[in-house]
Parts: sequence; structure tokens; C-alpha cells
Amino acid sequence: MSLKRATKRRLRDGVAYAVLLAVVAIVVVTADRDAISKNFLDGDTWKGLWPDIVLIAAKNTVKYTVIAFAGGIALALVLALMRLSPLRLYRWLATVYIEFFRGLPALVVIIFMALGVPLAFGWTAPGGTIGAGLIALIMVSGAYMAETLRAGIQAVPKGQREAAQSLGMNGFWTMVTVTLPQAVRIVIPPLTNELILLVKDTSLLTFVGMQYDQVELTSFGQQGLVNYSNASPLLAIALVYLVISIPASQLVAFLERRQQRAAR
Amino acid sequence: MSIPAIQVSNLHKYFGEHEVLKGIDFRVDQSQVVCVIGPSGSGKSTLLRCVNRLEEPTSGKILVEGIDITDPETDLDAVRSRIGMVFQQFNLFPHMNVLGNLCAAQRRVKRRSKDEAVEIARRNLAKVGLADRENVYPAHLSGGQQQRVAIARALSMDPDMMLFDEPTSALDPELVGDVLAIMKNLASEGMTMMVVTHEMGFAREVGDRLVFMDDGVIVEEGDPRAVLSDPQHQRTQAFLSKVL
Repeated sequence: MSLKRATKRRLRDGVAYAVLLAVVAIVVVTADRDAISKNFLDGDTWKGLWPDIVLIAAKNTVKYTVIAFAGGIALALVLALMRLSPLRLYRWLATVYIEFFRGLPALVVIIFMALGVPLAFGWTAPGGTIGAGLIALIMVSGAYMAETLRAGIQAVPKGQREAAQSLGMNGFWTMVTVTLPQAVRIVIPPLTNELILLVKDTSLLTFVGMQYDQVELTSFGQQGLVNYSNASPLLAIALVYLVISIPASQLVAFLERRQQRAAR
Repeated sequence: MSIPAIQVSNLHKYFGEHEVLKGIDFRVDQSQVVCVIGPSGSGKSTLLRCVNRLEEPTSGKILVEGIDITDPETDLDAVRSRIGMVFQQFNLFPHMNVLGNLCAAQRRVKRRSKDEAVEIARRNLAKVGLADRENVYPAHLSGGQQQRVAIARALSMDPDMMLFDEPTSALDPELVGDVLAIMKNLASEGMTMMVVTHEMGFAREVGDRLVFMDDGVIVEEGDPRAVLSDPQHQRTQAFLSKVL
């Protein structure tokens, strides 16, 4: 005899919940709660992190993100326009650049700029190793965002460009007044995604070494780990990262919904 | 006698291997309204788009007010600013309101002051009956209203002539009349016009000359009433029997 469909479903859901409960029970029973609270939730350590975790570390993470994003956008715009240039050499140069920097781990570029270049040429970036690391982040994020911008520019309907041209606008004014403003609207959601990735990529700057007033969240957490011989700082910076990035991804979702509505 | 507004001679245009225009000779005199009709794919839109070089002619000569626009030395933007163009799909700038659409090129190409551009824009909006819509964005206008704004946008550049590329083909039937009325009004003011259209009534009533194109050539041309009522060529007869 076959069971009713609703009964079957209730049975299936029950099994799924039972499995979940079993896993939770095993974790709770086997977890070393003493070690967890001593290493991750140590009150004195948490107090010691305050207020530098916000006033120095979080502030620097945001600052480095903004610098890398602004620089990356500017570079990306140049690269995107080069990729769309009628001159083959420009298209080729931009393609080589983009493929090169998208193909390398960002960390390799950061170490190269901050440590390799000074070693080889005796040149130090403005702002020291951190400045060099930021230049590296700009170089890498510019390569990624260039492709996004190019796609956005190409997504603007051809008739828009034709209308501007038929009114006598030259290439520059057509781009600035008609094409780019519409392209920017199209690429705001993907660019915001890029911004969230950059928030996390600033953690790679840890590798170049920095003074205390320059530290971003990851360096701060790592130094705290050493100073307090305790893992609480890592949990603390993880929470701060989430406080920064979750609202940002909610913003992306909001922008995408709004754009879908506007497209109708 | 004054120089023709548009003079096209022996124009050929290929899209890849496909020859779309097969040696066109065509002319529009000052203050003349010339309507171009023909089946889709006949090359009539391509011919119109060659006149302001939105399409690059493969060979042949196009003179606009005596200026050879196929000459690489010609300042194409300057010539284009004197040729108003109206598109089938309107092509208003969606990120600007109506006034912004009308002023953008006036400011950047004609280098007019803001006040002057706005004044001219308002005059042309009044002309197309949309004076009360200057702050509205295109998405909030009907198709017919969008096309009237597009006409006002072109007129704000004080063009010497207007090109219309099937201006009513994308409109709901009840909105066609408004747009045609504005075009008729323009013609009566002496505007030089080249109109690619399927509106035989407009061609008969407003046109000074009618050109029938098929398969990349001009098959027949002449007085609109004569061509429409007594077509000489068999291909013209076949086409008109289908659309009239």
C-alpha cells in the first residue's frame, strides 16, 4: 500500500531534521568547551583589542579598500577604452595586461611590488611597502574591473551612440555624456561585488609588513595572536570583516533588484 | 539654381559579401520632401543612414549641401550637426529627462549657453506639443510622445534638413497621426526632408517626390500621386498591390 504524498513528505523532513540534530549533538558533546572559551572568548584579550581594532585596524582596512578601488576603477576605465579602441596596438596591449594580471595570484604581485622591485631597482613607492602593496592591488583589481566595464559599455544599445553621433557629438562627448553614464548603471552590481572582494584582498597586505599605525584587520589579528598567545583576536577580526562585508553584499542585492525593476 | 541638399551618385554598399545598395543615384533639393518606400531589405534605410554616414559607403559619392562627406578631410561631426535624424526606435537618452535630451548636444556641439539651450529646447517642445513634459524621463512617455521629443531634439540643433528612418513604424496605430501631423507641419515650414516610410498617405499628401526602391536599386521615382496611382514598373505595381 502506498503512503499518502503528504505523509511521505513529513517522513522525509523528519529524517533530515534527525540527521542535523545528531550532527549538532556530536559537535556539542565532543567539543572542548574549555579550550574554546579560553582561546576564542578570553575577556581580557577582547578588552585589550579595544579600541584599536576599530580606530586603527578597521579604519585602515576601509581606507586601503577605498584607495585600491578608486585607483582600480581609474585604471580599469583606461584599459576598457583601450580594449574598445579602433587601434589594434591599444587593443592588444590592454588584452595582454588584463590576461597577465588576472592570471597571477594577487599575493605574488603584492610581494613583487613591495619587496621585489625595491630589491631590484632600489625604488620605493610613496608610502613605503604599504604604498607598493596598494599599487599592486590597484594593478590587479584594475585588470578585473576593466573586463566588467568593457562589457557594460558594450551593453549600451548601439542606437544610443548613433543618436549622439547624429546630433554631431564627437567620440569623446558621445562616450562621456551618453555611453558611460548608461554603462556605469549596468555595472554597478558587479563592481560592488568587486569592492567586497577587495575588502578581503586587503588582508594580503599583511605580507609586506607594516608599522602599528598602518595595520589593517588581518595584521592586527595576527599581531594580537602573538601578543596575547590567544586566538581571540582572530574571532574578533572575523566579526569585523563580516560587519563590513555583509551590509555591502546586501547593498549589491538591493541594487540588482532595483536595476531589474528599472529594466522593465 | 541652388545646390542640392543631398546628392548621391553611384553609391554602392556591401555588408560583407552582400550588396545592399547597387549603384544609387539620388537627390533631394532644398525645401523638398522626398519619401522613400520599398519592401524591407530593399536598402532604403541603409541609403538614408549613408547620408549622415552612420553607415560607411563602400564606394560612390555623397554630397550634403555640396560637401563631400565621404572625404576623410571633411569634419563629419559638423556636417552631422546640420542633419537632423529621427530613428524608428526613437533612441532618446534614458538617463536624461526631456530637457536634458534636448540640451545635451546644443551645449556640447553648438556650445550654446545653458539659458540659450533651454530657451531653444522649450520652443521646440512647444512645437511638438509637449511643453508640459520637460522634466519627465523618456520611460514615462508613450511611444508617440517619445518620437515627438526625438523630433524636437533634432530640431533644437537648427538643422538644414531632416532624415526620418521609419519614424512611425514602432508606434501603436493610434499614435501615428500625432507624429505625422508634426512632420507635415515641418514640411509646410519649408524643411528639407528625406523620409523612409510605409505611410503611403503621408507620401501622397506631403511628399514632393516619391522614390520606390527594391533589392538595392531605385526602381521608379516621380510625383507621389502619379507613382502611387499609376506605377509604371512591374515591381512597383507588385509592391503597391500588397500595401495599398
